[in-house]
Amino acid sequence: MELADKGNNKNLLSILQDVQKECGYLPEERLREIAVMLDMPLIDVCGVATFYKSFSLTPRGRHQVKVCLGTACHVRGADRIVEELERKLDVRRGETSEDGEFSLEAVMCLGCCAIGPVVVVDGKYYGQVTTAKVESILKTIREAIYAR
Amino acid sequence: MPDKVKAERIRNSKDLEEVRARILQSRSSKIPCIVIPSGTCCQARGSSEVACAFQREIEKHALGDKVAVRVTGCGGFCQTEPNVVIYPEEIYYQKLSPDDAEEVILEAVLRGRVIDRLLYADPNTGERFTHLNDIPFFKKQRRLLLANNLRVDPTSIHDYLAINGYNALSKVLQEKTPDEVINEIKQSGLRGRGGAGFTTGGKWELCRKARGDVKYVICNADEGDPGAYMDRSLLEGNPHSVIEGMIIGGYAIGASEGFIYVRDEYPLAVRHCRLAIEKAREYGFLGNDILGSGFSFDIKISMGAGAFVCGEETALIASIQGERGTPRQRPPFPAERGLWGKPTNINNVETWANVPLIMTKGAGWYSKIGIKKSKGTKIFSLVGKINNTGLVEVPLGTTLREIVYDIGGGIANGKKFKAVQTGGPSGGCIPSSLLDLPIDYESLAQAGSIMGSGGMIVMDEDTCMIDIARYYTAFLSDESCGKCLSCRKGTQRMYEILTDISEGKGEEGDIELLEELALVIKDTSLCGLGQTAPNPVISTIRYFQDEYEAHIKEKRCPSGVCKELISYYIKPEKCQACLICLRNCPVQAITGGKGLVHIIDQNKCTKCGTCLEVCPPRFGAVAKLSGKKAPEPVLQGTEVIRSRKTDVNA
Repeated sequence: MELADKGNNKNLLSILQDVQKECGYLPEERLREIAVMLDMPLIDVCGVATFYKSFSLTPRGRHQVKVCLGTACHVRGADRIVEELERKLDVRRGETSEDGEFSLEAVMCLGCCAIGPVVVVDGKYYGQVTTAKVESILKTIREAIYAR
Repeated sequence: MPDKVKAERIRNSKDLEEVRARILQSRSSKIPCIVIPSGTCCQARGSSEVACAFQREIEKHALGDKVAVRVTGCGGFCQTEPNVVIYPEEIYYQKLSPDDAEEVILEAVLRGRVIDRLLYADPNTGERFTHLNDIPFFKKQRRLLLANNLRVDPTSIHDYLAINGYNALSKVLQEKTPDEVINEIKQSGLRGRGGAGFTTGGKWELCRKARGDVKYVICNADEGDPGAYMDRSLLEGNPHSVIEGMIIGGYAIGASEGFIYVRDEYPLAVRHCRLAIEKAREYGFLGNDILGSGFSFDIKISMGAGAFVCGEETALIASIQGERGTPRQRPPFPAERGLWGKPTNINNVETWANVPLIMTKGAGWYSKIGIKKSKGTKIFSLVGKINNTGLVEVPLGTTLREIVYDIGGGIANGKKFKAVQTGGPSGGCIPSSLLDLPIDYESLAQAGSIMGSGGMIVMDEDTCMIDIARYYTAFLSDESCGKCLSCRKGTQRMYEILTDISEGKGEEGDIELLEELALVIKDTSLCGLGQTAPNPVISTIRYFQDEYEAHIKEKRCPSGVCKELISYYIKPEKCQACLICLRNCPVQAITGGKGLVHIIDQNKCTKCGTCLEVCPPRFGAVAKLSGKKAPEPVLQGTEVIRSRKTDVNA
């Protein structure tokens, strides 16, 4: 298989990163394939897959909403922003909405501490977010959904 | 600046000089250059749009040969983004919008007129400053590394060559033996900029002396400390300086391969690094027989996958090997048995970036900067409740007061300073009584904190120290790899106790219990994460015990943060029925109407604080109470008392 040539010596982590990138998550059947390919017990593959935060074992939403909970954002009230997003999107942090439209994720420090609290929607950064600003940020997603 | 000199492989130091001369010749130093910093956070504030506007205007007015534009990495003064610096005079314009581009080019750059409204104004005095180096934020810094961020376009190797890039490498390969390089680094007094502060030269020597024909060097760019982003800024803004440092390190240690382990949360840094490595390879700074010296070295990028513990060196090594990032017992240290069991030297981004500087200027020069056992400069990310947020590079030994007040411009919104948190989750909180503490490795350790990677989070009177301790403990318990019981369960238990305290369920003896737990976690954990995990708790108990007692005994949060201990209340005598809070309340907990006093339903209220945030300051009708119950609300339908001075429409 093509994947087996990747990395120095069958680097499991980089293979998983490739699959995550391709599928948006790590489907079970792919994990089984990787285990066979690397001649590794499935539990070890799952061990790595569940250890790192950037992997997901379930499909993620079409739109990604990330809220930074780094220290600088925290002291400036990032908690309130997550709560407001949870209310507005009707989804809990770490979860994906039922229609598969969006995932809400609380992440640890995006390194944009000067402009906290920070929200990232599909790769676009929004700085100095307040609870009152949340709705206007979500407008971009909602418009993208309607446009389809 | 468009590169007019073609890429070519540089085979020796003479080639390098020739290429550099050609690059400099192809660039006219006489025309002004507009520098537009565009790191990740600059882009978040719209620097890309501003850069496009500048390029568009230059095309529109056909000024391509009269004005140059350079898009660079982070300039450091994040507060003022998007900003531009106009060279050679270094005139600083801040908070630009794309609409300002035409005026800046035509008026400021071509006619030399200073545009007052775009200058930086001191938030305390209102004084305006024209030149970068006059701005108080920059004036007291010594930007040995950061200044280059404005001098180079990180995607252009020619920019780096133009500021004498790869000169240090050429000098080292030509003139110095590996032992001489190690000696120079030892004498410079450089210590690790990522955590414990081990001497860099000493570390290199251990690895050089270790037995083995294959050795590795690693750049630790897994900057996981929340609140620290200097490594991101260096990798994004000047990746070649890190690469050059690594090649020199590889030569000194006897390694032929290097890895940059970088967080996947830093996409721009990864992109710039990847490009820089490609370019360095193309020009012959990486690969076989570098600059004709016979020394061969190459660098690969290894991506992290979101695990804080991978900043610990043995965990990082496991992660590069594709395994779970769990630390292991040391010794053997990575210098003896590291990546794939081979001797490995790991330094952090900022440490590597210092290496070319030391080799160029000499250990004698470098060791004069700083104090006692802490030499050179250190970059701090000054963030939180501070007026001037940004990256600050100062000689080690600078006092906290100088950083917070002289450079940082003091606390935002006229609030009172409470503490500075340094060193990330492994560090501690330093109170106002220690503001005159010189910032060096030893003083910080004595004060119960650490240097760490250099995050500095400023906290004011509205920050609750129990909340901060709880925040870090939550972070650490989440990031604990789970290998040691004391760290895995201990941080969890500490988090539960702190949560109880913050919810008003704290009991007598909780502080003692926390202290006991802290001691056990510290003594019985394998790696740095566990050993330092109690620091945020210990340091807040040490300096802010009164806050713990207020929470436990009086069920009061003095800073008004802990939700279970506060309530919001609209003062009927001050409410002007403007409907703003009523409309903004996310849970519709506020009732009232035109002309009627607004009332918060305490059962519905989620204590998000939006009402306090949006209530116009001239009314000041919303109060946050702690330690006492909100007064009984007035009857629904009570009319407001109109204050003549504060007419709603005023």
